[in-house]
Amino acid sequence: MNLRRDVFQAIADPTRRAILLLLASQTMTAGAIAANFDTARPTVSKHLQILTECELLGQQQNGREVYYHINAKNMKQVADFIEPFRQMWDDRFNKLEEIMKNYQSKK
Amino acid sequence: MELKTKIDAEDGKQDLLITREFDLPVELLFKAYTEPEIVAQWMGTKVLKLENKKHGGYQFETTDPKGNKHGFNGAIHDFVPDQKITRTFEMEKAPFGVQLEFLAFEKLTDGTSKLSIHSVYSSVALRDQMLQLPFKQGINMAHNRLQEIVNKLK
Repeated sequence: MNLRRDVFQAIADPTRRAILLLLASQTMTAGAIAANFDTARPTVSKHLQILTECELLGQQQNGREVYYHINAKNMKQVADFIEPFRQMWDDRFNKLEEIMKNYQSKK
Repeated sequence: MELKTKIDAEDGKQDLLITREFDLPVELLFKAYTEPEIVAQWMGTKVLKLENKKHGGYQFETTDPKGNKHGFNGAIHDFVPDQKITRTFEMEKAPFGVQLEFLAFEKLTDGTSKLSIHSVYSSVALRDQMLQLPFKQGINMAHNRLQEIVNKLK
């Protein structure tokens, strides 16, 4: 499945993750998104292009403006993929911490 | 609740990094990895062998709810108390091959510490398969539960 590979490339970059966070609650134009970053506008455009190619973002024309929105379905795929692994380790480590705290207080 | 564990798995790479900060002195965190009875408790596994030394080995065995036994084993390449363990990890009878694990134990304050596990797989595909494993198990478990409920209805 090619999409998954692309999606992971997309979220490997901190600026792209920040863009996804920005768009989590609203739709925005490229200009409004770029205003949140110190990076040059073309760089932000490039990030938007990658996120769009990976189908994490969608575009919608509204008059003269193009608004970006999150493609929730594919974002969920990212979360679903790695979250159970993370959850498994977090559960294990929570147990470790609890056991060692008891161990410490028994001493 | 926010998970304290971080997983970094960059696309197209054959490794991953697991990091977690503990509310424990580094000595206790390290002990959790080296005392067989403690390992058994938090890993939920039987510890058949655990030689905490350079060129030592370890062997764990878990039993799933169906009673099937699953073995894990590895060789310890480097062992520095309260600092690091470098070892291999292999799930027996599984198609993931052997992994190289770099465990780094770090003191943050007297009462807190950090663990980083850098796992290297023999290919990108194997790493991705491993990451998906709990997801698949989760689905299977959900299916099993569903099956149980359905069976009760019959």
